[in-house]
Amino acid sequence: MEKRAHFSGWTLPLLLIIPQMAITVIFFYLPASQAIWQSFLREDAFGLASEFVGFENYSAVFEQPEYYRAMITTVIFSTLVAFFSLAVALLFATQADKSLRGGHGFKTLLIWPYAVAPAIAGVLWMFMFHPTLGILGRPLNVMGFNWNPMLDGKDAMILLVLSATWKHVSYNFLFFLAGLQAIPKSVIEAGAIDGAGPLRRFWTIIFPLLSPTTFFLLVVTIVYVFFETFGIIDAVTGGGPAGQTTTLVYKVYADGRSGGDLGLSAAQSVVLMVIVIALTAVQFRYVERKVQY
Amino acid sequence: MAGVTLDTVRKIYSGNVEAVKGVSLGIEDGSFCVLVGPSGCGKSTLLRMIAGLETISDGEVKIGDRVVNQVEPADRDIAMVFQNYALYPHMSVYDNMAYGLKNRKTPKDEIETRVKEAARILAIEPFLDRKPRALSGGQRQRVAMGRAIVRKPQVFLFDEPLSNLDAKLRVQMRVEIKRLQKALGVTSIYVTHDQVEAMTLSDKLVVMSSGQIEQVGSPSEVYRRPETRFVATFIGSPPMNILPGKVEGPGRVSVGGQSIAVTDMRDGLTPGSAIEVGLRPEDVQAGGVGSSSLSMDVDFVEELGATQLFHGKVAGADFVVQASTGQIPADTRKLALAVDPANVHLFDPQTTKRLGRV
Repeated sequence: MEKRAHFSGWTLPLLLIIPQMAITVIFFYLPASQAIWQSFLREDAFGLASEFVGFENYSAVFEQPEYYRAMITTVIFSTLVAFFSLAVALLFATQADKSLRGGHGFKTLLIWPYAVAPAIAGVLWMFMFHPTLGILGRPLNVMGFNWNPMLDGKDAMILLVLSATWKHVSYNFLFFLAGLQAIPKSVIEAGAIDGAGPLRRFWTIIFPLLSPTTFFLLVVTIVYVFFETFGIIDAVTGGGPAGQTTTLVYKVYADGRSGGDLGLSAAQSVVLMVIVIALTAVQFRYVERKVQY
Repeated sequence: MAGVTLDTVRKIYSGNVEAVKGVSLGIEDGSFCVLVGPSGCGKSTLLRMIAGLETISDGEVKIGDRVVNQVEPADRDIAMVFQNYALYPHMSVYDNMAYGLKNRKTPKDEIETRVKEAARILAIEPFLDRKPRALSGGQRQRVAMGRAIVRKPQVFLFDEPLSNLDAKLRVQMRVEIKRLQKALGVTSIYVTHDQVEAMTLSDKLVVMSSGQIEQVGSPSEVYRRPETRFVATFIGSPPMNILPGKVEGPGRVSVGGQSIAVTDMRDGLTPGSAIEVGLRPEDVQAGGVGSSSLSMDVDFVEELGATQLFHGKVAGADFVVQASTGQIPADTRKLALAVDPANVHLFDPQTTKRLGRV
């Protein structure tokens, strides 16, 4: 059965398609192409003149030791956030999937953090773990832990991972829960009769059957960490202390906005774009080939 | 191998819904027991309690001499074939069958021997490397059977295993299941709503309705001497005709003013009291006018090939007669039906129980 609407002219279909196209063009293609164009230019500090410099900005990017440091920071940050937000979400989802009393409330509460704006979430966590004001940060110091995310890069990273994970668990939880509910109950019962305990059932039946969900979430989470954690980083650490929590996307902002070097910033954002496109391409490849049953 | 014994087993769901109301049943070692009944009669719940997939609210389930109420499904030494087969979609056919053995730490070469053997018996050897999604319904069904037999369990449980197959394949698999069970001699409990499957497969037929056992017996006993009106109309296709009648005297009832002789009739029934008269469509002889005969107004005829079904009314109640094709002209409007006294079943209109000799 072919599902296709037939239009007699061009006017109506065009009108219907224009809003979506306009949004995509104005908010994605225009800025993206502008970034690409800018990455080949050098602008003076006042934005009055600019000249074409070819790939100079790119070579400048790759000559900066800070850029490699930001890359390593990003890899560490995204690995940690991806791992924890997936693991915690999966744990919650398996618990919520059991029909327990109050399960509905549990599910609703788990979804709330997703509705909190990133900057707000960041501020929230920053205050909670503030070394002298924080409801959790202060007791840590009292107990003898030398906790100070404002001075210690590791502490700052831990705090960022915590807040970014907390923010994203809801999203992953929802998908995992849907994925779990799509697994036929009888398959799990068959596993129980076949002599597999709950843990073995999870790792040999449920987890493999969730693999499409897990892979999709992994890629979405990595994209989230690459781009959307900007608000949290800006609110919690501002890339500090001493640039130790500056990720690639934060560096784009720092060099362009604060540093005033638009060309350098644009070159970085193009590189970042290429990385994410590559990641997405890998996902589609993988999804098409590996995930079907 | 072992028999299965149920002692006043109950299942009460939250909200006081009683799905199984005190069922007691003994299933002999090596026999093929079929639980049959309409949907919602508790037959699947009962099977799942034997499997350990549902908790037992009350009563006792024994496999062999062991009470298994608190035993995990894995430790009950049973194997189950599910309605939707419940194959592991991410594993090959081989791994599907080997999974239960691997979990029990069976040596690798032993697993291979057993899986190969099961695959040979079920003729699925060419598919061992395939995933379940690459198999047809019948092949999946075989894999599900294979997964059960490699384990060499004490009891096989079947939960409507053929209902997802098309009619032709269903008949074929039915025969194969029967043959396999006879060859392996493993106690089997089989749940179905299909009375033909129930009749053909069972050594012991258990008819259930609303959480209770209506009758237990061999298929021919259940067919020949149904204990309740429910069993009478549930087993047999087309179902038994039930006509309103009156007791005339010992061995005689009347239906629509016609007197009929009955062989199997309880003594001491009050003459004139209401009674239900059951006649199987295949047990009445059309055409012959005898001492015990009824007249039927024919409404229409259904052609089944070898036989014809005449639908109509006798004494104001719906009535079906089955006759060999050509025996009665299809345009017959009125039929005289001869009734053999041995083929008349009587039921109490209130309790719906059989009113036969005690």
